[in-house]
Amino acid sequence: MTGTTNPDGSPRTHYLNAAYGLKSWLLTRDHKRIALLYLVSISVFFALGGLMAVLIRMELATPEGDLFQPDIYNRLFTMHGVLMIFFFLIPGIPAVLGNFLIPLMIGARDLAFPRINLLSWYLYSIGGLFTLWALLHGGVDTGWTFYTPLSTNYVNTSVITVGVGIFIAGFSSILTGLNFVVTIHRMRAPGLTWFRLPLFVWSAYATSLIQILGTPVIAIAILLVAAERTLHIGVFDPKLGGDPVLFQHLFWFYSHPAVYIMILPSMGVVSELVATFSRKPIFGYKFVAFASIGIAVLGFLVWGHHMFVSGQSIYAGVIFSVLSMLVAVPSAIKVFNWTATLYKGSISWDTPMLYALGFIGLFTIGGLTGVMLATLGIDAHVHDTYFIIAHFHYIMVGGAIMGYLGGLHFWWPKITGRMYPLFWSKLSAIVIFIGFNVTFFPQFILGYLGMPRRYHSYPPEFQVLNVMSSAGATVLGLGYLMPLVYFIWSMRYGPKAPSNPWGATGLEWQTTSPPPVENFLTQPIVTGPPYTYPAPKRAPEVTVGV
Amino acid sequence: MASDAHGTPLGADAAEHGHGAGLAHHFDSYEQQKDSATLGMWTFLVTEILFFGGLFAAYGVYRSLYPEAFRASSHTLSIQLGTFNTVVLIASSLTMALAVRGGQTGKGKLAAALLVLTLILGSVFLVVKGFEYHEKFVEHHVPGASFHFEGPDALHAQLFFSLYFLMTGLHALHMVIGIVLVAYVAKRAWGGAYTPENHNFLEGTGLYWHFVDLVWIFLFPLLYLIGRH
Repeated sequence: MTGTTNPDGSPRTHYLNAAYGLKSWLLTRDHKRIALLYLVSISVFFALGGLMAVLIRMELATPEGDLFQPDIYNRLFTMHGVLMIFFFLIPGIPAVLGNFLIPLMIGARDLAFPRINLLSWYLYSIGGLFTLWALLHGGVDTGWTFYTPLSTNYVNTSVITVGVGIFIAGFSSILTGLNFVVTIHRMRAPGLTWFRLPLFVWSAYATSLIQILGTPVIAIAILLVAAERTLHIGVFDPKLGGDPVLFQHLFWFYSHPAVYIMILPSMGVVSELVATFSRKPIFGYKFVAFASIGIAVLGFLVWGHHMFVSGQSIYAGVIFSVLSMLVAVPSAIKVFNWTATLYKGSISWDTPMLYALGFIGLFTIGGLTGVMLATLGIDAHVHDTYFIIAHFHYIMVGGAIMGYLGGLHFWWPKITGRMYPLFWSKLSAIVIFIGFNVTFFPQFILGYLGMPRRYHSYPPEFQVLNVMSSAGATVLGLGYLMPLVYFIWSMRYGPKAPSNPWGATGLEWQTTSPPPVENFLTQPIVTGPPYTYPAPKRAPEVTVGV
Repeated sequence: MASDAHGTPLGADAAEHGHGAGLAHHFDSYEQQKDSATLGMWTFLVTEILFFGGLFAAYGVYRSLYPEAFRASSHTLSIQLGTFNTVVLIASSLTMALAVRGGQTGKGKLAAALLVLTLILGSVFLVVKGFEYHEKFVEHHVPGASFHFEGPDALHAQLFFSLYFLMTGLHALHMVIGIVLVAYVAKRAWGGAYTPENHNFLEGTGLYWHFVDLVWIFLFPLLYLIGRH
């Protein structure tokens, strides 16, 4: 065996050094390498979307519209939404962490369809290139919602180019979901029954269901918008006998469940982190698992709450209002069960845990304001104000991105085989948490006071809160830069990570870091439930000079 | 769908599995590979149902809002050509099903011949559809500047024809993709690529073909038949 193993017994060849060169990456079918391709691409789009956010907050630092013309401002917030939602948040956790982890967590050698997995990255990239092409040609100014007849009859911007980009990227999302569903059904290791699956896998499964069932509907909606713009077919155009409200129904039938595509995987990450860093089995495992499925199912029945003031019938509004509140039940089950897991746990304050705790707090605020917005009377008052902006940023940024970063910090040693500096990473969690709240909490107040969204100027009495928000955004931006720097640093200079640095259960920690190409040298066999903490002792503390 | 059963008991060591021809490295058995391919194809067809579902929903809403205009427009479609095409497609589903059976039993040449027959029937459908489209152009029933309809509600008749072209056009696009797939599969079947252990691609193509037929089985009554006496 000499020559094939390192002095500590780990194999010398792993998935990162098994082959070299650009071709070995661009033609790879290894789910772990594809996950890294996604990691790089979504980071680029996150940076671009973040740049748009910076420009928006700069404009809003003063009440006058002095930095950008209104039409430029319209393009900024539209492209911010399009890039962040379709090219960062939706592929985000499923395509990066899900791709990397699902085969490892279920003891498989790869996803069921490795070639389709690579194809979905290419589709995503081609969709992204269309969108970047449109961006270079001035972008789109309809808002990320593409409401008709504005998007079909009135604006003169690259609606079709961006539409094609989202359409293609949508197929990437569908294929990823399909791959996960088949993999989870058919590729589990011997003994790994459904109720022995890690909760991250349950949430990835629920997410995949939404990707499969929802995405085709926005695909057809985009196709109809494109047909209406080019061929003047009037499915949505009242002048041609159509109805614009139908577009909103089709759009939100996907785009509301899409919120759960963003948040469910983060919930799965948080379940893993809370159990690991409390050294306790998760409280009410089956409830947390079924809450994921419950959220996915209920998520399809609430789209009408985006249309309370769009001319749908008042009775539909009442029913959608009640159904929307029901989503709070499985969400609350999760939050209560995480809290109960923490109770009397042996909690350690590692970086991933800081992110997880941040998630729980911010998601709770986002969720509770969601219940407020589901209430017809309140929604009619705060509709299209900054209250909405603050609410969904608490879910999508405070929730989804905190979970994503928590997961990235948790599995980074597994992905790269390296540790990152503990001090800087803990600092980043705290800076992001503070920066986030300073950015978005004032927006709840602004919205409640009546500041509408999507305007580049506002009355002077709103300036103090807006300056707070812009200042917070600066802190938040710095917080996001920190992981970028130390993660890149760690790949070269970080100390080598052991197989199981956190002392976690789960099959992915039983293989080496980074894992071999085939994931496991011997086929794992599962004999018990997940989260059997207190688990094997943690690896000796890995510290880095700071 | 929620079957837990792996086809065969898994050995302890993945590396020791004898991986025969056509069995991908990450599968333990042909049965697991086949189960995955089948489930994957059915899941894909679910996404297709949702994709067409948006158009069916639009049709349902507008049909219930403007029944008269839709009925009047429906009368202009040729029920003879529609019926003929329906029969052609059902026949093509039969030849496709027999071709898959040929693949399952290892009769590659027979499968290839049946696939070519399927391909021809599919092409006949498209040619007839082309004649129907041509007729619409001649009659000025194509939505747009030159649209003209004799009736009380020409505006919503145009909406009917918009949906007609969108739905049958999307269906025809799926037919074209299907024909390309069938041609590819026929070539491989002729070369003996499909064995009783592994004919997953052929079977997936068959499922797709039947699905596209089934869409037409819904389109035909909705567009041609409802409201005609």
